[in-house]
Amino acid sequence: MRTLQEQPRGESHSGHSFRGQAMSWQLKHGTIELALYREPCNELGSLALDELEKFAAALESIQPEAHALIIYSELKCGFCAGADLRELYHGSQGMEKAEALRGVRDFLERIHKVLNTIDAAPLTTIAAVHGVVFGGGFELALACDLIIADKMARFCFPELRLGLIPGFGGIPRLKRDLGNGVVRDLLLTGRSFNATKALQVGLVSQMVGEGEALRAARATTAQLSKFDRQTAIAAKRFIKPIPHEELRQEIDVFCDLFERPAVQAGLKKFVESTEAQPYLP
Amino acid sequence: MKVSTANRGKLKKNENMQTADQTLDEILTLAAAHFKVPRERLGPDDDFFKTLGIDSLQTLDLLTRLEHHFHVELPDYELQGVSDFRTLASRIQARL
Repeated sequence: MRTLQEQPRGESHSGHSFRGQAMSWQLKHGTIELALYREPCNELGSLALDELEKFAAALESIQPEAHALIIYSELKCGFCAGADLRELYHGSQGMEKAEALRGVRDFLERIHKVLNTIDAAPLTTIAAVHGVVFGGGFELALACDLIIADKMARFCFPELRLGLIPGFGGIPRLKRDLGNGVVRDLLLTGRSFNATKALQVGLVSQMVGEGEALRAARATTAQLSKFDRQTAIAAKRFIKPIPHEELRQEIDVFCDLFERPAVQAGLKKFVESTEAQPYLP
Repeated sequence: MKVSTANRGKLKKNENMQTADQTLDEILTLAAAHFKVPRERLGPDDDFFKTLGIDSLQTLDLLTRLEHHFHVELPDYELQGVSDFRTLASRIQARL
């Protein structure tokens, strides 16, 4: 197993950096770039969560030197396919129901803490997305201030197909950012939509050509580096409140649903599927 | 008859004149080019998962490309059970 390596702190423009098994980050020219690269499609399981927690902890010391954060994926398949359902399913097998549920709740509490940290970070945060932006990956993008989408990006909350709701803060953050009609369409049909639609409904603020999202995000951070940081922080606090109460309720609803046999059946079907279409409805 | 993107745009403006055959032909051409499969190897009734050798994530990529090409929005649940190009074309045709 590869060992996580903390890179030594560099000088001025090289700054802090980290390279793990699921992601890396580095501070460069005042922007922190967090790159995801865990095959097959950046599924968020315990390994990714461990490294995200390291990132959230590191943010405390890095952010005084930064004005922006960009999160992107190095994988061709897309930004992130969501929670690691295989780990979720296999991890709960052979456990007592109560123990499995405790494990799920603990995971949710931890990832909520990380995403709340990113959501509230005193930086301007950008998700530069392409390809698949599904489930937990969508929720990671929603924690950011801006979403810049490659025209081939595709967004989806497929959780209802499994008998669940999004569990990483997706519903409260969608409700914060979008009209309720779109939120209901996305959640209740479980359908995916493309970047053009995402731009139309205000989910993404910029749509760019194929392979251009990261470049556009970097151009955006270069622009906002010209502004006074304290003003940017004050503006962000004013326009982007964190829906703490709803986030808390979401964890409870998810855990209530997770106990149901239908969820285990749905997860089993997904995990054991040998068909080519597990991501299609 | 093959219809270029530019011509298809004109046809669309002219009261939706694009025919189902034209839609099917454009889908086959686009799929062949994107997944690097010889166009002549693709037939209307082929199973696109098998012929193109694609999984569900790649199928979603194809769907996104088709939506952009035809300027339509096609909810993926309308593709439930669809695996051949001809039926895929009919779903898109219904949205043109």
